[in-house]
Amino acid sequence: MSGFPILSLMLAVPLAAALACLFLEAKAARTVALLATLADLALGVVLWANFDIGGPQWQFTERLEIFSGFSWALGIDGIALLLIMLSVFLMPICIGASRSIEKRVGEYMAAFLAVETLMLGVFMAQDIFLFYMFFEAGLIPMYLIIGIWGGADRIYASYKFFLYTLLGSVLMLVAMLWMVNTAGTNDIPTLMAYDFPPSAQNWLWLAFFASFAVKMPMWPVHTWLPAAHVQAPTAGSVILAGVLLKMGGYGFIRFSLPMFPEASVYFAPLVWGLSMAAVVITSLIALVQSDMKKLIAYSSVAHMAIVTIGLFAFNVQGLEGSMLVMLSHGLVSGALFLCVGVIYDRLHTREIDRYGGLAINMPRYALFFLLFTMASIGLPGTSGFVGEFLSLGGIYQVSTWAALICTTGIILGAAYMLYLYRRVVFGEQKNADAAAMPDLDGRELAMVVPLALAALWMGIYPESFIAPMRADIAALDARLARAKPQGDSAPTPGKVKPAHTDDSAHGGSH
Amino acid sequence: MDWSHSLRLIAPEETLSIAGLILLLIAAWGGDKASRLISILAVAALVGASFLVAPALCQGAMGPDYAAFFGQVHADAFSSFAKILIYLSAASALVVAPAFLNRLGAMRPEFPVLIVFAALGSGMMVSAGDLLALYIGLEMNSLAAYVLASFARTDDRSAEAGLKYFVLGALASGILLFGMSLTYGFTGTTAFSGIDASLAGGLSTGALFGIVFILAGLAFKISAVPFHMWTPDVYEGAPTPVTKFFATSGKVAAIGLTMRVMLGAFGDQVDAWRQIIVFVALASIVVGALGAIGQKNIKRLMAYSSINNVGFILIGLAAANVQGASAMLFYLVLYIAMTVAGFAAMLMLKDENGNQVEEIAKFSGLSRTRPGLALALAIVMFSLAGIPPLFGFWGKFLVFKAAVDADMMALAFLGFAASVIGAFYYLKIVKVIYFDEPADAVKGENDIWHKAILVVTCVFISPLGYLASGWLQGLTDTAATALFQAL
Repeated sequence: MSGFPILSLMLAVPLAAALACLFLEAKAARTVALLATLADLALGVVLWANFDIGGPQWQFTERLEIFSGFSWALGIDGIALLLIMLSVFLMPICIGASRSIEKRVGEYMAAFLAVETLMLGVFMAQDIFLFYMFFEAGLIPMYLIIGIWGGADRIYASYKFFLYTLLGSVLMLVAMLWMVNTAGTNDIPTLMAYDFPPSAQNWLWLAFFASFAVKMPMWPVHTWLPAAHVQAPTAGSVILAGVLLKMGGYGFIRFSLPMFPEASVYFAPLVWGLSMAAVVITSLIALVQSDMKKLIAYSSVAHMAIVTIGLFAFNVQGLEGSMLVMLSHGLVSGALFLCVGVIYDRLHTREIDRYGGLAINMPRYALFFLLFTMASIGLPGTSGFVGEFLSLGGIYQVSTWAALICTTGIILGAAYMLYLYRRVVFGEQKNADAAAMPDLDGRELAMVVPLALAALWMGIYPESFIAPMRADIAALDARLARAKPQGDSAPTPGKVKPAHTDDSAHGGSH
Repeated sequence: MDWSHSLRLIAPEETLSIAGLILLLIAAWGGDKASRLISILAVAALVGASFLVAPALCQGAMGPDYAAFFGQVHADAFSSFAKILIYLSAASALVVAPAFLNRLGAMRPEFPVLIVFAALGSGMMVSAGDLLALYIGLEMNSLAAYVLASFARTDDRSAEAGLKYFVLGALASGILLFGMSLTYGFTGTTAFSGIDASLAGGLSTGALFGIVFILAGLAFKISAVPFHMWTPDVYEGAPTPVTKFFATSGKVAAIGLTMRVMLGAFGDQVDAWRQIIVFVALASIVVGALGAIGQKNIKRLMAYSSINNVGFILIGLAAANVQGASAMLFYLVLYIAMTVAGFAAMLMLKDENGNQVEEIAKFSGLSRTRPGLALALAIVMFSLAGIPPLFGFWGKFLVFKAAVDADMMALAFLGFAASVIGAFYYLKIVKVIYFDEPADAVKGENDIWHKAILVVTCVFISPLGYLASGWLQGLTDTAATALFQAL
């Protein structure tokens, strides 16, 4: 495959389809969009199959100097590969979930395909300004998706989404300009190895943090997320939770940690504090929601806090764990939003109280919903467990307190998810219209079954997902080694008693 | 320095002067019937003049060989770059004007003639190498512009715009002249190179006052805060093609002139005026953005948007180096393209009787009734807001890069943060067009010229524009270098 610009092709396919969809009527646009996303998925599979695990860090690299000021430089490592796979995997499902969209289908599909192009571009870009363009450009289609096809309060949500994220990003751009000026290169791999002076690192770190914390989103700048999620159409929520939130985590792992190791350690207590607050506060907020989408949106914030806590554990365990949480959350929260979408399409309400006893009339639905609920809680055997366990194990080595408080997130997560599940699926059938809803049809099964299989695969054999990124995580860990904080829970080696100690000393030690 | 060399250097100005005079004669004998012919000839003259100036840019003309009349006029790559922008945007204003003015019964032969003379004055402004040449160019441009602002004689708003523009413009010219006289008094010369040389030994208080007054006069011309108040009224009242002309070629001329004066005559006194520029830039960004939020009329909104954009351009001036000047020119090109596209789209917004629809609320749901036009407007708005991947982002990027590279982090930080405020009102237009229910107020038909201009400029500001970025960067670098070589 060497030399073949597969990454550019993966960007070109959805882009071309997006332009085509603008001119097509509804039915044709749906077909074109589905075919384009499936083609991209196929390309993604080819990409994964050809990815040389243990090979060079950056693979499939392309570089074209066709612009002034930045270049068309693409390339992926294992971390990017996994996030790209997540994106191309979720996209066909999103297109399938958009059946209920009836107005302006062509434009809708075009917007979604544009989002796919830009998301993939973010994970592929090797030029820091190219990265910024992809990162920022995603705002336009998402703004339109929320604003045109969203719910009642969509205008407010779309503004909030746009302006919040824009403010974060422009501060990052100033930092990027300074870095490029100082280091003399736009090349991300080179910048990752460049040692910025520690005094400047703090400022740069904060500027990047402003952007990634909003994208992530971290408490207390998460407030755009519930608004955007609740108002976005189902597929919009899936892509928002599934992939767009991962851009924040990807940003931390690609920029903040390797480029500013000292500053990352310096600000680690801040990140821990915000993450701990997020886990507890948003979980409690999720517990009292009466709107299903809002509940899942708040649970996303809590899960993302587990990601940040793992990232800022500065060890292999934590870093791998947070990558897995991101992948798992992409699948599971996407699936949960689909589950909400399925019953929303039937009853047009997200009020939890309007449902109840769905296990009776929708047994297959209840089964899948249960699986994803369990995966969200982090039951062993599902994808959620592996990542959360590793992340929390990683942070335990650095900060016992952070580990203790973040672990309550698992308990609270179980509480709000099981409570949601009980109210929706078990109990009496309170409303006749909810009781009359038909079970999953073929199209819906085709959407949830792959997600369920992927979630189980990740839970049972996570090695498939850890293997591609192992070398990259190790490299990142080595990069962070010089600044690594001293853990408060580091076990001190006990005194090994010689075998022939006398009895009195032996007895005293008991 | 012989006369024939000088006369050869100013060939574009001669062409335009003679063309303008001939057209005036045709107008005198032909009357209103000839206005179409005169328009066509004027466009031809402007396009021809831009071909005449192009070689200087392509060859990278700079230095004393290209100074005509003992340094009065510089026909170098910088002025060539600015003149091409001026002439072409003047020509595009002429192309879209007849459809608009015919309806008002105001399509008179003087219109193209005045545009030609205004463009001629603008061209002299950007090539001035002496305070006197500067003032002649400025007044030539301004006098034509005052008349143009009130060209729709039957419309009260147009008359008001002309009067306001004239009174305030005269005031600004007075301030500028006062500054020039102080500068002359304290340096003993009106030539930019002479001023620069005599200030090299140190800046006296009197000369500093000269700089401040000149800057105030220039700030009026580029409509920078705090001398921006006239802009919304004039933009709203003037006939739309004229507004387009002011917002494009008038803007290039004023900015080019400001660069000539500040980076040329006062180029070594950067420390004296940088803080003023920094303040003016940030104030323009913020006031322009905040002022635009409450606007209901699209032309007033574009006026505030132009104030806002001037702020961004001035950030490049605060950097006060070749890179900053180059970034300003790049930004100008993009700004012109976005403004031409925006006004072309605006002129296409007509109700069933052919009247212009200027109220933003009436655009609601335009994406449903006129998808192509709505897309073009959305591209313009996102591009003006500086959201990548649209090309407008790159202009902002370059000026801020210049500021960061010149170690002005705080300015870049504040400027960028303020640009988010600006994004809000651009988003509002997109919201009205895309999110709201159709009002179906826009119905009129449009001619091929509007569409052609709109398509060409929209393609340029779309991501495809980046393919031209290398070429354009080369040209702006040449022009900016020439500016610094012009002393």
